[in-house]
Amino acid sequence: MSDIWEGLRAAAWLLISFDADLWEITLRSLRVTLTALLIACVIAMPLGALLVLRRFWARRFVIALLNSLMGLPPVVVGLIVYLMLSRSGPFGVLNLLFTPTAMVIAQVIIITPLIASITHQALRELWSEYHDLLISLNTSIFQRVRTLLWDGRRTLLTAALAGFGRAIGEVGAIMVVGGNIDNATRVLTTAIALETGKGDFAMALGLGMVLIGLAVTVNLAIHWLTGTERAGRW
Amino acid sequence: MVTSILPLRLDRAFVKRRGKMLAGPVDLDLTGDGVTILMGPNGAGKTTLLRMMHGIERLSGGTVTWAADEETARAAQSFVFQTPVIMRRSVLENLMYPLRLTGVAKAAARKRAEDACAMIGLAGQEGQRATRLSGGEKQKLALARALIRDPQVLFLDEPCANLDGASTREIETLLQAAAGRGTGIIMSTHSIGQAKRLARDMLFMNRGRLIEHSPADVFFTSATTPEARAFLNGDILE
Repeated sequence: MSDIWEGLRAAAWLLISFDADLWEITLRSLRVTLTALLIACVIAMPLGALLVLRRFWARRFVIALLNSLMGLPPVVVGLIVYLMLSRSGPFGVLNLLFTPTAMVIAQVIIITPLIASITHQALRELWSEYHDLLISLNTSIFQRVRTLLWDGRRTLLTAALAGFGRAIGEVGAIMVVGGNIDNATRVLTTAIALETGKGDFAMALGLGMVLIGLAVTVNLAIHWLTGTERAGRW
Repeated sequence: MVTSILPLRLDRAFVKRRGKMLAGPVDLDLTGDGVTILMGPNGAGKTTLLRMMHGIERLSGGTVTWAADEETARAAQSFVFQTPVIMRRSVLENLMYPLRLTGVAKAAARKRAEDACAMIGLAGQEGQRATRLSGGEKQKLALARALIRDPQVLFLDEPCANLDGASTREIETLLQAAAGRGTGIIMSTHSIGQAKRLARDMLFMNRGRLIEHSPADVFFTSATTPEARAFLNGDILE
């Protein structure tokens, strides 16, 4: 029990004193996750909309695939990305292994199916509402995608937040492809794993508190910015 | 001069779903200007027929042809649904939407949308969330949005089905103004009173078949089919 109290006290101190290591690791975590989130949204949201709008032969298969990819074990994704990026792999020449870029790639692969699947479910409802009107107005497929994404932006926020939550808390894949290198690829989750292993519970707990605080702050900030809870808005 | 998309011709057009004939086969020539009212009991196929003419219902057979090519024809018509489809946007953005689709510049679209807003008595509520409007206001908004591209032909599927007298009168006034500007209106209704007030031509359907097509005065005084006469007498058609 005393371990935990000691740890919490030391953690609080690290936070209050703006410990340089902690600060750097936190910023790197945010940068990697937000970059991955942005890329994943750009891929997943139009894909989710297209799956609603287009009735092509492999549609059911793609949806089933996305749903099962949502449960993809991150560490396996890490392994595959590792093999792709390693010196002997097909993309070895790019020298990306053990860089933040490799971590972004792994995270994009992990969260894209999740975001696409939530987008698909949210927009399916909106499409059934808009279907007759948009057909009647003779809209192109591009205009339909844009309309659905824009008018469904509130629900898409949920999709993005789910993606953020999964990416920021992810450890298996980025440990494998990033390597948890100090000052280079160490992020909150990998640092927690390391400090716990070393027995430095103060640092581990401090990092953990930052991680939780970060997730809560980002969620609140987005909700506040877009006014989800305000009346009279979408 | 804009090419007229009328007359509209239906040739043995029908829609069948899961073995059940929903409407047709219908042969029909519509020259169009003025108000054409489509009547008939529930399930007669009125909605299906309107959707067939508008081109949003897949035909199972026959043809629907306009006097212009398909692209021109589609761009020159609009449709007001029985339950208005209101977009999750502001009143003004709902009205601007069809214009922005066809590439009208934002400022010009905004100006026309504001005019349309005033026309339906919603001036001052441009920024309001459209999904929060009352039923009558929603239907007026849908009508104004359908008229904003100045269509040659406007379809309406029982636009006043759930409205009270005052809202119905406002809609009818808007429709008569549009008809006065040369828009051909094809509309279904259950109200014989409304048909008498608006119609120049009458269509009457029963069990998927179009059984009467005559000028309104002829229809109301001397309908030829027993079904139409029974309907006008207030009998219930099976």
